[in-house]
Amino acid sequence: MATQERPLSPHLQVYRPQLTSVMSILHRGTGVVLALGSLVFAGWLVAAATGAEAFAAYSAVLASVPGKLALFAFSACLVYHFLNGIRHLAWDAGHGYDLPKAYASGYAVAVLAVVLTAVLWYFGVNAGGAA
Amino acid sequence: MSLRNPLARAKGLGSAKDGTTHWWHQRLTALALMLLTPWFIIMMVGLIGDDLGTVRATLSQPLTVVLLTAFVLSLFWHARLGLQVVIEDYVHGGAELVLQVAVKFAYALAAIASLLAIGRIYFLA
Repeated sequence: MATQERPLSPHLQVYRPQLTSVMSILHRGTGVVLALGSLVFAGWLVAAATGAEAFAAYSAVLASVPGKLALFAFSACLVYHFLNGIRHLAWDAGHGYDLPKAYASGYAVAVLAVVLTAVLWYFGVNAGGAA
Repeated sequence: MSLRNPLARAKGLGSAKDGTTHWWHQRLTALALMLLTPWFIIMMVGLIGDDLGTVRATLSQPLTVVLLTAFVLSLFWHARLGLQVVIEDYVHGGAELVLQVAVKFAYALAAIASLLAIGRIYFLA
């Protein structure tokens, strides 16, 4: 059993947030959101396999305002986690570790995440009309 | 002098007996998802607003069935491995064990349900 009151590194409360650390935390946060969202996707597949009634009910929930907000949050998390995941895979392969490169790839991921999420919703809204 | 068996050292599996398997599977599924996710997103955006008949027709294309099965297996394995690490880091005590087991069961069920659903859609078509 671990001692409960011990201070733990990296002392988040006294550490100035940096792009690298914030993006690392976001990678975890979006990962958890996506893991939960993947269960919603499993439900969608089951609804599509079950029948017209179940599928219509499931689609109605997703097309509602809270449903759309959740889908938007989910898509933004997916785009970010996808892009930053590529950054992590590059690190795992031994590339891009020095500070200027880590910051450059960080800014690239941040900008691309916003752009790609916007592009996705541009096509999504146009494709489905009311989604 | 080490009291460790030289064979154990050579195998490099450590006390948990699975060495770098968790880390490696996380990366392997990440790579699979990196390749499959763009295809998945484009397909799903294309299905927005479509009725069940169109959705089923799209999901029962042979190539789609294969890729979607690969996507679903990679997705739930990746999610399960990731959640395990997050829980290991932030949840302690009795709740940790309960949550770890619950996550393993939930993602196994999600994978089974998804595979059966993909199969049903495919064979219904």
